[in-house]
Amino acid sequence: MKNRLFQHTGQLVLFLLKRDRFVIPIWIMGILFFTYSVAAVFPDLYQTAEERQSIAATMNNPAIIAMVGPGYGLDNYTPGAMMAHQMLLFTAIAAAIMSILLVTRHLRADEEEGRIELIRSFPVGRLANISASFIVLTFVNVALALIIGFGLAVMKIESMDLEGSLLYGAAIGAGGFIFTGLTAIFNQLTQNARSALGLSFSALGGFYLLRALGDIDQSGLSWFSPFGYVTGTKVYVENDWLPIFAAAGIGLFFAAAAFYLQSIRDLDTGFLPAGKGREKANKTLLSPIGLTFRLQRTGFICWTAGMFILGISYGAVLGDLESFFQDVDLMKNMLVPVEGYTLTEQFLPMLLSVMAMMGTIPVLMSVLKLAGEEKKGRAENIYSLAISRNRYLWSHIFLALISALFMLLAMAIGLWFAAAAVMEEPFQLSTIFRGAFAFLPALLLMISISVLLVGISAKYGALTWIYLLYSFIVVYLGNLLQFPDWMSKLSPYGYIPQIPVESMDYPAAIMMTIIAALIMVTGTFFYNKRDISG
Amino acid sequence: MAVVETRNLTKKFGTFSALSGVDLSVDKGEVYGFIGPNGAGKSTTIRILLGLLKASSGDAAIFGMDAWRDAVEIHKRLAYVPGDVNLWPNLTGGEVIDLFLKLRGSEKNSKRDEMIERFQLDPTKKCRTYSKGNRQKVALVSAFSAQADLYILDEPTSGLDPLMEKVFQECVMDVKEAGGSVILSSHILSEVEKLCDRVGIIREGTMIETGTLKELRHLTRTSLLVETAEKMGDLEMLKGVHGSEWKGNIVQFQADSEEIGSIMEYVSRFGVIRIESAPPTLEDLFMRHYETQPSQPRGK
Ligand SMILES: Nc1ncnc2c1ncn2[C@@H]1O[C@H](COP(=O)(O)OP(=O)(O)O)[C@@H](O)[C@H]1O
Ligand SMILES: [Mg+2]
Repeated sequence: MKNRLFQHTGQLVLFLLKRDRFVIPIWIMGILFFTYSVAAVFPDLYQTAEERQSIAATMNNPAIIAMVGPGYGLDNYTPGAMMAHQMLLFTAIAAAIMSILLVTRHLRADEEEGRIELIRSFPVGRLANISASFIVLTFVNVALALIIGFGLAVMKIESMDLEGSLLYGAAIGAGGFIFTGLTAIFNQLTQNARSALGLSFSALGGFYLLRALGDIDQSGLSWFSPFGYVTGTKVYVENDWLPIFAAAGIGLFFAAAAFYLQSIRDLDTGFLPAGKGREKANKTLLSPIGLTFRLQRTGFICWTAGMFILGISYGAVLGDLESFFQDVDLMKNMLVPVEGYTLTEQFLPMLLSVMAMMGTIPVLMSVLKLAGEEKKGRAENIYSLAISRNRYLWSHIFLALISALFMLLAMAIGLWFAAAAVMEEPFQLSTIFRGAFAFLPALLLMISISVLLVGISAKYGALTWIYLLYSFIVVYLGNLLQFPDWMSKLSPYGYIPQIPVESMDYPAAIMMTIIAALIMVTGTFFYNKRDISG
Repeated sequence: MAVVETRNLTKKFGTFSALSGVDLSVDKGEVYGFIGPNGAGKSTTIRILLGLLKASSGDAAIFGMDAWRDAVEIHKRLAYVPGDVNLWPNLTGGEVIDLFLKLRGSEKNSKRDEMIERFQLDPTKKCRTYSKGNRQKVALVSAFSAQADLYILDEPTSGLDPLMEKVFQECVMDVKEAGGSVILSSHILSEVEKLCDRVGIIREGTMIETGTLKELRHLTRTSLLVETAEKMGDLEMLKGVHGSEWKGNIVQFQADSEEIGSIMEYVSRFGVIRIESAPPTLEDLFMRHYETQPSQPRGK
C-alpha cells in the first residue's frame, strides 16, 4: 500500500527533466561560467604573494566579513583561499536561488495552475510529484557540485587541488540542497507560488544577514544559517567536510518535513491561512499617484536596497584599489593618471557612472509601467474614470523623479559607508554626493526620452532600454576600446563631469535639464493626442 | 436632448475601417441595446465614446459635451464596465472598487456594500485569484454603486451565471427607474430583449437597423418545432412560413414574427401535442436584412 503514494515517480522525474531541459542547463552553465571566469582571472590579477598579502590585510574589516564571510588562511592568502573566501558564498546563494525557483515551479506553481490536479487524476501517487521534484533538484545540485568541483580541479591552478575543488562544489550544492527542502516547506504553507517565493527569498535574505551578524561577532550565530555551513568549510585551506554532512542532514530533515506536510494536506490548500486582503482601500491608494506608487512599491524598495548594496560592494573594494591599479594593465588603459588626484579619486567617477546607469533601470521602469499597464488592458480602467491623461502620465513621471533621487541617494550612501570603513583616507560624503547627483540631469534626460516614446505609442517605450544599453557600452567601455569621442556624446551620460577630478559643469546640467523638460512636454503632447489601446 | 449622440462616426486603424458613419443616439432614461456580432465595432464605438480612441471623423457627444475633449468632465457622471475586465493582481476586489469610486469623483457610495452583497463578491480576495466572472462583478459593483447618469456596459455578462445575470438585469432596471440611461452591448439578441427600449444593430462597422424591438419585428423570425396528432397540410402555403422540414408528424420551420398569430391558428386545428420555439437569433435577422440589401465589403 505504502508504495502507492509514490506510484509513477520515475515517469514524473523524466517528465520534469524534459520540461526543464533548457532551464536546468542554463542555470548550471551560468554558475559554472561565473566560477570559471573568476578562477581564470584571479591568479592573473594578483600574480605575486606580496600582492595577495596586501589584499589579505584588507580582508579583516567588518564590511568585508559581513559581505563574504570571515577571512581564513590570511597569513598565506593563496589564490584558492582568496577565491573561496570572496566567491564561494555568492555562488552558493546563486545555487539557492536556482533551487528556490525550480522547487516552487514544480510544487506550488504547478498546483496553482491546476496541472497537479490533472496529473493526480491519473494513477499517480499522492507523493509522486514532490518526490520527483526532490529527485530532480537533488540531481541538479549534485551535478552542479561535481561539475564545478572537477571543473576547478582540471584548471590546475596553484593551491586549488582536487579535494578542495570538490569541496568547493559540494558547498555550493549544499546551499542549493538546504534551500530545496526549506522552499518545499514554504510551498506547503502558502497557497500560491508568489507567497511561497516571497517567504523563501525572505528566508534567504534573513539567513544571509544572520550569518553576517554571526561572522562579525563570532558568537556562533552563523551555525543557525545555512550559509554558515557554506563558509564553514574553509575550502582550499582546511578543507573541512563536516559542515557539508551537517548541511545534507539539515536538508534531509527539511525534506522529510515537507513530505509529511504534503502527505496530510488537501490539494490547493496551504497551512497558513490565505490571509484575507483588505476589504476597503487605504486612503493612500485612492489617487493616481497612490495607485502608481502602490503598484511599484515592492520594486521600488528592492531596487533602493539593491542600489545601497551595490554602493557598499563597490565601496568595499576601494580600499585595495590603489595597490590593485598598479598591476592591472587593463585598468591603466582606462585611467590616465592625473596630477594631484589619487587613483581611487580618478576611479570614483567610473564607479558612479556604472551605478548611475544601473540606477536608471528602476527609474525607467517607473515610466514604462504606464505602457505596461496599457498593454495589459488596465489603462482603460483609469481613463474611463474622471482622470485626465496628464494626471496619470505625470503620476508616473513624478514617481520616476522620486525614484531617481532615491537610487542616487542609496548608492551614494552605500558607497560612502563602505568606503569609510575600508579606506585609509576615505572620501568626504560631500564628494560622493556631488559625484552621484551630477548624474541627475542624465537621468532626467533618460526619463524624458521614455516619456516621449511612450507618448508616441506604448509599443515604443521599450526602445529606451536600447538607448541605455548603448550608453552603458560607450561610456563604460568607450575609454577601454578607444571609441571616438562623439559616440559617448550621443549619450546623456557622456556629458557628466568626472567629479572629483573635474568640477561640476552647471551650464551643461542646466541645459540638459531644460532639454529634458522640453522632451517631456513634447511626449505629454503626443500622449494626449493618441489612442489608448487598452 | 439626447444623452449620447454620435454623428457619422468613422474610425480607421491604418487602412482598415472599423467604423464607417455610425449614427447613434440614446435618450435620457433609455436602455439602448447595441447589438452586433464579434468584430462588428461595438467596443470601438464605445471606446470612442469614452475618449480612449480618437474618431477619424464625425462627432461623438455625451451630455452635450465632446467625448474626446471633455472626457474627464463627462466621466464624473458615467460608469463603464468593459467586456474584458483587467485588474491589478495584487490589489483586492474591495480596494479596486473603492479606487474606481473615488477616481470617478463620486463621494456618495452608500450602495457599495449593498452591491457587493447582491453580486455575492468576496472583496477581500486579491484580484489574481478572481475568475473572469468575479472580475466582471468587481467592475459591475463599482459601476452600480456609483450614482451615474449614464452606464456604458460592453458585453458585461459574458462571465456571469444565470443567477447573477438576473441580479444584473435588476440593477439595470433600477438605473432606468432612477432616470439613468444605459448602453448595453451584446452579440446575443435575446439577451438584450428583456432590458432594452431600443436597439441599434451594427455589422462590419455600419449601423444597419435602429428602432424598438417591435419596430424590428419585421426582421425577426422565430424557429418553431411542432408535433401534431393529425398530419398537417402543406405549411409552406401559409404566409410567413419558411424552410419547413418534416419528420413524420413533426415539423420544424421558421416563422416571421408578425405572422405567428395566423400560423398558430392554423396549426392548432390539427391537435398540437408538442410545441418548441427558439428566439430569433442575430444571424436570422441579418439573413433577412440582407435578403433585400447586399452587403458591401469593408475597408478599401
Ligand atoms: N487597435 C486596433 N487596431 C486594429 N484593428 C482593431 C483595433 N481595435 C479593433 N480593431 C478591429 O476593429 C474591428 C472592430 O472591433 P471591436 O470594436 O472590438 O468589435 P466588437 O466589440 O463589436 O466585437 C475588429 O475587426 C477588430 O479586429
Ligand atoms: Mg467587443
